[in-house]
Amino acid sequence: MAEHVGHAHDEHKDSDGHGPAFYIKIWAILLVLFIISVLGPEFGHRTVTLITAFGIAVVKAYMVAVYFMHIKHEKKYIPYIMFAMLGAVFLFYIAVATDVEKTSGNNWENSSAKYLIEENKDFEHHMEH
Amino acid sequence: MQLAFPGVEVPLFGLVTSAQYNSLITNHGTIMIFWFAMPILVAAFGNYLIPLMIGADDMVFPKINRLSYQIFFLSVLVLIASFFVQNGGFGGAWTAYPPLSAKAEYNLTPWGSILWLVAVVLEFVAFLLGGINFITTLMNSRAKGMKMMDIPIVCWMIVLASLLFMASAGPLIAGAAMLLFDQTIGTGFFDPARGGDPILWQHLFWFFGHPEVYVVFLPAMGIVAEVITVFSRKKLFAYKVVLFTTFATGILSFFVWAHHQFIAGIDPRLANIFTVTTLLISIPIAEMLFVYIATLYGGAIELSTAMLFALGFLATFLIGGVTGVFLGASGADIYFHDTYFVLAHFHYTFVPIAVIAVFSGLYYWFPKMFGRFMNEFWGKVHFWGTMVGFNGIFMPLFFTGAAGDHRRIFDYSNFPELAVSSLQTLRIIATVCVVITILFQFVFFWNFIYSMFRGRKCTENNPWKANTLEWVAASPPPHGNFPVMPEVYRGAYEYSVPGRELDYWPQNEKV
Amino acid sequence: MGTTTPIATTRSVTGMPTGRLAVWWVIGSEIVIFGGLLMCYLMLRLKFPHWALMSSHTNTFAGGLNTFVLLTSSLFIVLAHHYAEKKEELKAFGLIWATIFGGLTFLVIKGIEWTTEITNGFTITSSLFWSFYYTAAGLHALHVIAGMILMGWISIDVLQKKNMHRVELIGIYWHFVDIVWIFLFPLLYIAK
Repeated sequence: MAEHVGHAHDEHKDSDGHGPAFYIKIWAILLVLFIISVLGPEFGHRTVTLITAFGIAVVKAYMVAVYFMHIKHEKKYIPYIMFAMLGAVFLFYIAVATDVEKTSGNNWENSSAKYLIEENKDFEHHMEH
Repeated sequence: MQLAFPGVEVPLFGLVTSAQYNSLITNHGTIMIFWFAMPILVAAFGNYLIPLMIGADDMVFPKINRLSYQIFFLSVLVLIASFFVQNGGFGGAWTAYPPLSAKAEYNLTPWGSILWLVAVVLEFVAFLLGGINFITTLMNSRAKGMKMMDIPIVCWMIVLASLLFMASAGPLIAGAAMLLFDQTIGTGFFDPARGGDPILWQHLFWFFGHPEVYVVFLPAMGIVAEVITVFSRKKLFAYKVVLFTTFATGILSFFVWAHHQFIAGIDPRLANIFTVTTLLISIPIAEMLFVYIATLYGGAIELSTAMLFALGFLATFLIGGVTGVFLGASGADIYFHDTYFVLAHFHYTFVPIAVIAVFSGLYYWFPKMFGRFMNEFWGKVHFWGTMVGFNGIFMPLFFTGAAGDHRRIFDYSNFPELAVSSLQTLRIIATVCVVITILFQFVFFWNFIYSMFRGRKCTENNPWKANTLEWVAASPPPHGNFPVMPEVYRGAYEYSVPGRELDYWPQNEKV
Repeated sequence: MGTTTPIATTRSVTGMPTGRLAVWWVIGSEIVIFGGLLMCYLMLRLKFPHWALMSSHTNTFAGGLNTFVLLTSSLFIVLAHHYAEKKEELKAFGLIWATIFGGLTFLVIKGIEWTTEITNGFTITSSLFWSFYYTAAGLHALHVIAGMILMGWISIDVLQKKNMHRVELIGIYWHFVDIVWIFLFPLLYIAK
């Protein structure tokens, strides 16, 4: 239910000077970005897919945070706290991936994982389950 | 007792079977950390002290506070239930490594393991909620005039502990959901045959597990800071140093976790990095201890029971911290890991944190809580009995551990090189001291309960002549804490200020 | 109700309203929870090439539709906040319920999607990929449900023009739930 889309903007501005039209505009931009991210894989190029899927996800998240959550209007440390939490998440990834992401290293081998990968190796030729 | 006197029935318990042994040590660890140390140091002291010390009438979200307690209480019920289900409580160690913790055919406690995990998750949710309350209250509800650097150290510490908990608990909550599914519906998150990885659980657990020890360490240090400043009538030697080294410790604590996994098969390059960071983190903590010692130096020391326990904390935690350095070096840890050396190290840190510092705080704030004093003579008896007893338990264990005693072994009779009389003597000494220490705790319980009703009455608000705001309120404080909300004019540690007649200067006194 | 608001709740040394400060801390703690789970997924996804095949069996159309639904519901709740600030309680109430309806739509689409997948043999135990798929999306769905319940509760007060500031607070939470999905969608559905 869209509300008061075309009205004069002044009497509908909120505390940061945005009216409903502004939010609808942001929504429309988000929608366009979303469509691009879904179409990205159609090009079949891995890098393109990654950029459209995740790059656009980051942009969309940024826009939601800034324009919907008004994070820019909060005290400076709020985004810092969010980034610190994200930092903890990435720290976790960086350290643990060294153990979990690979299937073999200098002196070791994850035979269970290798076996699973072997088992499913011909997936490119299997298009149905 | 089972180890010191194998094959002999333990009084009031009976013969300890291997399964019971596993269950006992698992739940001992879990309960002491999650249902003793954290609730007392963070939740109880936090809820009691923070509003009083910042000059507020309550937490900012009293109803969420109540909810967090109710969830916590539920977690207690779930954990207790785990003892009464088929095959009893979970026996896979508080670290719950899969596949032991994931597969009932290995841990033999199908319901116990599930209930244990659910109880832990509920407890985490309770502490997340409570933590948000503490952080927000400290940030927003301080009395007029209380700047950041006027906040008493113990309040900072409890809030920073809540922050550390919040930032580290996430991956483990995710991991707990994964383990729960492995246990109940047969997913393979930690099953190598299905593509999972048990090491993943270890990382998820210890990424939380290490900051967790600082979650309990910081409030204990905070309590000790309050007590030593009051009973040496001296300013805290360097408030900002304490604060900033606490920040440093907190941040560093996120970079050391894999020192628990040195021999688990992690990437050795990772082990190198974690050795360095682990050794580094001893520096800010040592710095804090130095500041405390400098605070004591030259002070007019009054050896009240609270002060004795605070000093006892410093002495015993020092031993615990120093032995941690041995373990932080990955080379040495290859030998020490899973021996009693580790156990003695963490008991020399945990017991000062969760027991000695807590006693210090209890003796100190008892008059505020109940309007009466605890008996000083019996307090001192309690102190000496606990100190001697505690050291008697764990000092021998450094030696048995260095000799090779494995942890989590129910009976050494199958380890001929360990079942020797010299080691057995040490184990017997430790066990006898356990009994002695427990007996001395009865002195405390009697003192506590008796003094609540018949202790020497505390007629003034500020019997210890302290500066912080909780001593402005009546003893015990009424609902709403302060009839008139106090205003703050200075820091919390203005003791023995030159040119002033009195050796203390309450924060809320205008001149 | 016998309880009054403590003085503590009304103070604001930081200058930020207490409720909003608390919601940001909630978001912070949730970032680590979802982040932890998704990092585990990412590590294993990069390890096992054949997970790309499994991912191809996810229903991108349903996932995409759900992304659209959540984006739109985010729009509704921010508009609800806008009208709550203007004290136009009827519009705010209507928009809150539009958001709740969006959440419900999300859950219904997910329900149909999951039913189809399960009947086709892709259950939570079929493979580790599907274990992560259901766990991550399930955890997210739980947060959607929690958000809907809280919104319903807040809307009752809004209709009586009480506690209007809470619309913003639940809005921040809901936007976070939206952001989690913004990342879940490519992670689970698109990367194939």
